[in-house]
Amino acid sequence: MASYRPSDHIDTPAPEERPGAVQPRLGVLGYVRFFWRQLTTMRTALFLLLLLAVAAVPGSIFPQESSDPNGVVQYKAAHPGAVGVMQFFQLFDVYTSVWFSAIYLLLFVSLIGCIIPRTRHHLEALRARPPRTPVRLDRLPAFRTAGAATDAPAALESARRLLRRQGYRVEEYAVPHGRSGSVASLSAERGYLRETGNLVFHSALVGVLVTVGVGGGFVYTGQKIIVQGTSFTNALSDYDSFNPGRFVGDAQLEPFNIRLDRFTSKYEINSHTRQAEPVDYNAAVTVTDAHGHATKQDLKVNSPLEIGGDQVYLLSNGYAPIVTVRDRTGTTVFSDPVPFIQQDANITSSGVVKVPDTKPNLAFAGFFYPTAAPTDNGTLTSVWPQPDLPVLSLNLYTGDLGLDDGVPQNVYSLDIASLTPRTGVGTDADPLVLKPGETAQLPDGLGSVTFEGLRRYIGVEVHHDPTQGWVFLFVACAVLGLLSSLFVPRRRMWVKAVPEGDGVRLEYAALARGEDPGLERALVEFAKAHAAALPASGAPPEAPTPAT
Amino acid sequence: MIQTFTTYSLVAVISAIAVYALAFIAFTLDLSRRVARVHAQERAAEAADAAAVEAARVKLAASDRATVSSGAMSGAAVSGGAAASGAGGAVTRGTASGGTASGGTATVAAPPSASAGPATSRRERSPRFARVGVALATIGFLLGVLGVVTRSIAAGGHVPWSNMYEFALTGTTIIVGVFLVVNVWQRIAYLGTYITGFVLLALVLATVNFYVGPTPLPPALQSAWLVVHVFVAILGTSFFALGAGLSVAQLLQMRREAGRLTGLRFLQTLPAAEALENLAYRITVIGFVFWTFTLIFGAIWAERAWGRYWGWDTKEVWTFIVWVIFAGYIHARATRGWRGAPSAWLAIVGFAAVIFNFTVVNLVFHGLHAYSGL
Ligand code: HEM
Repeated sequence: MASYRPSDHIDTPAPEERPGAVQPRLGVLGYVRFFWRQLTTMRTALFLLLLLAVAAVPGSIFPQESSDPNGVVQYKAAHPGAVGVMQFFQLFDVYTSVWFSAIYLLLFVSLIGCIIPRTRHHLEALRARPPRTPVRLDRLPAFRTAGAATDAPAALESARRLLRRQGYRVEEYAVPHGRSGSVASLSAERGYLRETGNLVFHSALVGVLVTVGVGGGFVYTGQKIIVQGTSFTNALSDYDSFNPGRFVGDAQLEPFNIRLDRFTSKYEINSHTRQAEPVDYNAAVTVTDAHGHATKQDLKVNSPLEIGGDQVYLLSNGYAPIVTVRDRTGTTVFSDPVPFIQQDANITSSGVVKVPDTKPNLAFAGFFYPTAAPTDNGTLTSVWPQPDLPVLSLNLYTGDLGLDDGVPQNVYSLDIASLTPRTGVGTDADPLVLKPGETAQLPDGLGSVTFEGLRRYIGVEVHHDPTQGWVFLFVACAVLGLLSSLFVPRRRMWVKAVPEGDGVRLEYAALARGEDPGLERALVEFAKAHAAALPASGAPPEAPTPAT
Repeated sequence: MIQTFTTYSLVAVISAIAVYALAFIAFTLDLSRRVARVHAQERAAEAADAAAVEAARVKLAASDRATVSSGAMSGAAVSGGAAASGAGGAVTRGTASGGTASGGTATVAAPPSASAGPATSRRERSPRFARVGVALATIGFLLGVLGVVTRSIAAGGHVPWSNMYEFALTGTTIIVGVFLVVNVWQRIAYLGTYITGFVLLALVLATVNFYVGPTPLPPALQSAWLVVHVFVAILGTSFFALGAGLSVAQLLQMRREAGRLTGLRFLQTLPAAEALENLAYRITVIGFVFWTFTLIFGAIWAERAWGRYWGWDTKEVWTFIVWVIFAGYIHARATRGWRGAPSAWLAIVGFAAVIFNFTVVNLVFHGLHAYSGL
């Protein structure tokens, strides 16, 4: 009856055991066919599903390159001995690993092998007529009889109308009855949507996988820090870091521009931890699109900017002290806001200033405290994230920064190994501690450094993903398919009218296809509705007859 | 002001804990009373052996009543061949005659007539302790709602599920709510001990170990998607909890039906293993739909907040694992050789994974979702 289902589906009749039969020898083609049949059984699908669940576990235990690169670095440092094994089994990249991919690819091959024959059969079933009425309705799982004081054609006509209204497809058949006679009956089926939904659901899963797999090549993400008053243009050269998909080139980047006008933040004290907790971040930006249209917009954590086909997210924020450095002659050799990176909840931040245009090169590394307060051991810390008492504390290094070598360097870190410390630990000069507007002289007459003022900055991520719409479409199909395949009952119903005396004896029977807990009730209700809809002519219906 | 509402909330939660404890006792008494009724029935059977004539009279009386009531039931000019009215029906009938024989509570009568089938046995009044348990659970639920609402006011109006304590509070309240609603649809008061026991444990552990005062919501959590995502996740969890409970009952019932379990007499008063399995499936499938939405809403929210809808973050991984396990469960139900015990085990493992996701993953694993609030 449901022979197009996988051979071990619960509704497929069990294959007959033929104990004595000798298996024919399998040729290569035979083996391929055997293997294919195995791959498309319910049991294999189930096994692969459960295997997929198990295989996903390690990725939640070990840090992953994709979601937690810092964790990977820490893990490698903490367990140097395990790194080789971990890397061999790709345990830092579980979800792109060979073995994880093998499982889900096999699952999807099985899925496709399952969908195709079922779709073909379902299309046939959609065109087919409901099957003949079985001779003995009382053998079916749900069965009722009732008497009616009307004739068979009238009874069946009203049953047909009722069935049609309930979404059944109806056929009339004559059924053998008694010794040689026959009686009229209706055969009805509904719920084709259940199988349709199931097929749509499974196909949509394939759609999601293919879209994500192929479409991933067109995705890019990039990060950029934008200081208040400056702007960023969407071009490869302007990013701090950029991760393109395989098919992304510079020409595909839409040349929009974002300028940070003002950044505001709000904090409250968490009554439990006594820590500052952010309650609102807002970046007021001016967006200029590819056609030169400028608009003022607000960028918040949960509401990205939509520019062309790209989204821009607010990822981080912080302070950029404006630092001016003058050399021994008093000439300004550096004057810029320098973004400092947040280290704790009160935005104690660390940063570096590199001044390559002097001989020797100057470099500063240090901390910025929005609201500075001394700690017990004499160092500084920040006690509140807003700039109530900003202090910048820097140490000077001299040497060769190597910036002329043309090797790209991270502007946020300083390799002090090759440099000479001139203040702070290991020297006899104190760190340079500055409030806004203050200037400190560098040791040995190397020049001076001034903390001119403060700007805010934001870290944004630009995200370009042309597959999103497709993924959403397939997911929506999957959901609709799932709902109809789980909750639309597929059932057959039969009504037989056996003339008896002045009236007819009506037999009702129903059969579920797939899970259908409401079958019994549906049949009872149908019989009741039919009794009510019968033409009320002549004598009252005879007493109900319990069947069998 | 905030302090006042925080206190109200805590008082409501502690009252709810007390009421759930009473409900737990009532449901447990109900289970043991069921056992007593089974005993009475056996004693009646012995009495029937001894005094066959007397027993015959009693049976006659009982079947008289049965005929009357079935006549009343089938006014719809339709009668049925569904003689199988489920184990519940059979037991009630037994109780009627047993009760009369031992001179006890013959009032349980109104045996479900063959024509009405399971539909009627569902409508029959449940025993007194079960009713008390349901009433207490309802009060506990209302106290829980009060606790959630006052907590939400204290937290400045945002939904109270941003840390483990709030999550336990809202979660247990919704679980009990779902249990009560499903209990109207399908009589499942026999799961009362399990549900109130679970909720009691969760609430006490959360209040003792994870209590934190109301806190402002960090920007990443300020999203309508958070509200729907978490709400739907808890709804799914509630249905999974019921499904797992029914699956445990099913496994026990299977053992009993196979004659491998002689304790736990109350099982004799529960539906047959197959009926339990079917009900577990219907309920778990609803949970699966909610979980599917959890996955989708979570992805949309992640897309809004972090710029990618899927990143294999620890919490995302476990939500995915749970979804796949239950997809496996649905497949198992449709696979020959996997119905019955294996699929029941999958439903239980799936629910265990849900609990793992909300506890161990929150507390031990770290990821973007580390919002335990501790
Ligand atoms: C990507 C992996 C798969 C997932 C996530 C999945 C998920 C599901 C879900 C959620 C259902 C229940 C909803 C519905 O009936 O549509 C289902 C049903 C079903 N699946 Fe899959 N499936 C997968 C692969 C497969 C494969 C490979 C096969 C073929 C062997 C298959 C065959 C079926 C069948 C026959 C049903 C109907 C079960 C019934 O009659 O109740 N599925 N699947």
